[in-house]
Amino acid sequence: MERLRRTMMFVPGNNPAMIKDAGIYGADSIMFDLEDSVSLAEKDAARMLVFEALKNVDYGNSELVVRINGLDTDMGKADIYAMVKAGVQVIRLPKTETPDDVVETEKVIAEAEKFFGIENGRTHMMAAIESAEGVLNAPAIAKASDRLIGIALGAEDYVTNMKTHRYPDGAELSFARNMILHGARAAGIAAFDTVYSDVDNTEGFNHEVEIIHELGFDGKSVINPRQIPLVNAIYAPSEKEIRNAKAVLNAIEEAHKKGSGVISLHGKMVDKPVVARAERTMALAKASHLVDKEGNIYVE
Amino acid sequence: MEIKHTALAGTLESSDVQITLSEGKGISIDLDSQVEKQFGKQIKKVVTDLLAKYEINNVKVHVVDKGALDCTIKARLIAAIQRATDTQNEQNWGVLE
Amino acid sequence: MLNKVNREIPDEILKDKNYKPFETTEIGNPETTYVAHEVKVSQGNDKLVDSIKDVIAKVGLKDGMTISFHHHFREGDFVFNMVMQEIIDEGFKDLTLAPSSLTNVMNDMVIKAIKAGTVTHITSSGMRGSLGDFISHGGLKDPVVLRSHGNRARSIENGDIKIDVAFLGVPNSDAVGNANAIKGDAVFGSMGYSLMDAKYADKVVLLTDTIMPYPNTPASVKQTQVDYVVKVSKVGDPEKIGSGATRFTKDPKELKIAKTVNQVITHSPYFKDGFSFQTGSGGAALAVSRYLRESMIDRNIKASFALGGITKPTVDLLEEGLVNKILDVQDFDKGAAASMANNENQQEIDSSWYADPYNKGAAVNQLDVCILSALEIDTKFNVNVMTGSDGVLRGAIGGHQDAANAKLTIISAPLVRGRIATVVPDVTTVVTPGDSIDVLVTEVGIAINPRRKDLIEALKDVPGVPVYTIEELQKRAEAIVGKPEKLQFTDRPVALIEYRDGSLIDTVYQVKD
Repeated sequence: MERLRRTMMFVPGNNPAMIKDAGIYGADSIMFDLEDSVSLAEKDAARMLVFEALKNVDYGNSELVVRINGLDTDMGKADIYAMVKAGVQVIRLPKTETPDDVVETEKVIAEAEKFFGIENGRTHMMAAIESAEGVLNAPAIAKASDRLIGIALGAEDYVTNMKTHRYPDGAELSFARNMILHGARAAGIAAFDTVYSDVDNTEGFNHEVEIIHELGFDGKSVINPRQIPLVNAIYAPSEKEIRNAKAVLNAIEEAHKKGSGVISLHGKMVDKPVVARAERTMALAKASHLVDKEGNIYVE
Repeated sequence: MEIKHTALAGTLESSDVQITLSEGKGISIDLDSQVEKQFGKQIKKVVTDLLAKYEINNVKVHVVDKGALDCTIKARLIAAIQRATDTQNEQNWGVLE
Repeated sequence: MLNKVNREIPDEILKDKNYKPFETTEIGNPETTYVAHEVKVSQGNDKLVDSIKDVIAKVGLKDGMTISFHHHFREGDFVFNMVMQEIIDEGFKDLTLAPSSLTNVMNDMVIKAIKAGTVTHITSSGMRGSLGDFISHGGLKDPVVLRSHGNRARSIENGDIKIDVAFLGVPNSDAVGNANAIKGDAVFGSMGYSLMDAKYADKVVLLTDTIMPYPNTPASVKQTQVDYVVKVSKVGDPEKIGSGATRFTKDPKELKIAKTVNQVITHSPYFKDGFSFQTGSGGAALAVSRYLRESMIDRNIKASFALGGITKPTVDLLEEGLVNKILDVQDFDKGAAASMANNENQQEIDSSWYADPYNKGAAVNQLDVCILSALEIDTKFNVNVMTGSDGVLRGAIGGHQDAANAKLTIISAPLVRGRIATVVPDVTTVVTPGDSIDVLVTEVGIAINPRRKDLIEALKDVPGVPVYTIEELQKRAEAIVGKPEKLQFTDRPVALIEYRDGSLIDTVYQVKD
């Protein structure tokens, strides 16, 4: 089953204190940033800091992602080589406009893997979509490489490009979110929503997470560890959903025992999407600490 | 490798370390750290080991440590070396394990 | 010899100072006798004195005497420095300084007094900053004796500390010595620690900037106890007495620890209607009060009392009806100090009532849950709150040893601070023995004292709270920061750490530089 990606925590790439502690907050993914959060004069230092951290710090089960500088800068290639050598799981492209952006980056990643004698294809990718052109190309971008594990909306640049700004109801992002989500789903990869920068506005943040949860996003980008439990709470399945999922999984087990290929529950056939949803519900329930290792619901 | 000019990397924030390299005869390390009693030798070892890998034999190293972990010290020293030798974007992959 | 927490206690100290080595956290039912104090009979009509110089003459201060102060004004204290400067200027020698504790604002004056030969012995709850550094480098010939608040009360009662003159700053008093700390500019709320001095010192001097009409009630210190009242220009800086408006921490690591502390409490058998708690001060402690409040509302649980040093969030719980009573020995912020004037359920208690092991039962003995901090905690659960990882004095025992008497004692501490591990194989200095610690909460998970099989069972399945052995946490910390070099000390003791029963639990030696 694919991994949960409810939260992707942004960590500035030149901040040793934050890099050191990034693993303790239970983010599903941690994204070290070499791009926007690092000043031009410190790009080289941040690259080495993230390199050494990836090699030496224990980040538990979090998926490790690094946002590199674009290949159109002096730093892009050096970033890719260093991160590939450090063994990062996912390289995140900055602003992606066309499928070619992905293809070009993939080429450099493949080169780096070859250069370091690393198995081809081990380094995954994700792309951030931050412009009107990128949004319109989202379906093609999502299918541009087998290395892609997901695409993400970067709203700040996008709203500027659209001649608007962020609003509490999110109407300005509605088209982009749907394009990105559809692009991702059609390609069978993950969809991440943008950051919410007003860290102290819990209500506004929760509202936005509810919207993207309802739409079907895999998760949200977070800029502060305090946002992680908020996202997780909204992504936690209800008790009814958990009971339902358990019933589906039990039915599968029953069918396997009987050697039957057809799975039925309450007299209805259980098809593949239902099974997938049940598995995801149980994974979310476990990650939300609502069930124990065996899948039994905790009772207070 | 030769140090071409004075260069520094890192900050004075907590958990960071600021390393300044300048031209010198032989290797001299001047360490200022709140954890010198507990980790002074270890910090100097990280510095000298890495300098040896870069084959830098003549350098003055000034380390102002704010409780950095070894991996941070290494990262800052690499950045300082690259800056002091004007090789920022020519990574010496051999020295990075 | 080695004591029960495996600390080498020099035999000559045991012999010369008549100490017993630490044995056990069990106090039992020993018999003891309290000492009385001298009384110079007064009709109360000529207590008001114009100057510190005059009062020093009137109380008959002599070389070799013991003088005391309290630390309720904390970093806003003006009284200590005014009085000590006068005593130094008059050339007194060989005094014992016995304050309830020493704050940073007093450091320079203490060092001056030591250098002048005015102060040659010190007993305190702790010391920090330049004074800690000075003492740790051998600045005082005789080792400092460090005692918990409960132990200081015990020592005053049984005469181990015999106070000749107590100089007590108060925000108000009438001319005959009825005083409290809830009115005036420099309010600090509970007079807790200083009430012992007022009760047991031979001579009691109050210093205040506000003379009230007689009778000044409510009176915490009473006219029957007071020899002289000195009017001074200003007793303290209100801005520095307590932290101002309480700000909850936004540090995500502190918040995570606080949340876990709360989960440990709410999943323990003690979290039920009528439970009691002590949270202490500091960012994480305040955050615990907030999480605890939510859990109490959710589960419809009310606390019978909150104990110890009090903060505004605890007062808020009282005012919301979630806590029935506050037993208040000290107030950490303005909000808590100010509310003492209005809340009859915020009871001022002295340090004997609070924490004394040798009375007829102290409040800490009734305590269910207590949250304490640590500079270091070791794999035996022994806690150090006194010396830094460089071996230098930089803390205070406070009520740590006393409150650890609670049924559930939780240490809340990050696994590492900067490059310094908090969880270590052996603490630099044992202050509170591991036998009285039940659970350690860090940002990565918790460790439970193996003695507490019941808690291991109760906390084994708390959602999102991984349980480790303390050895695992220690190894994890070491994997992050590396293995430190062993600290170097000389063989000269600079401080003696007493356990709350007066036995010797550890010795602090002069650091080698």
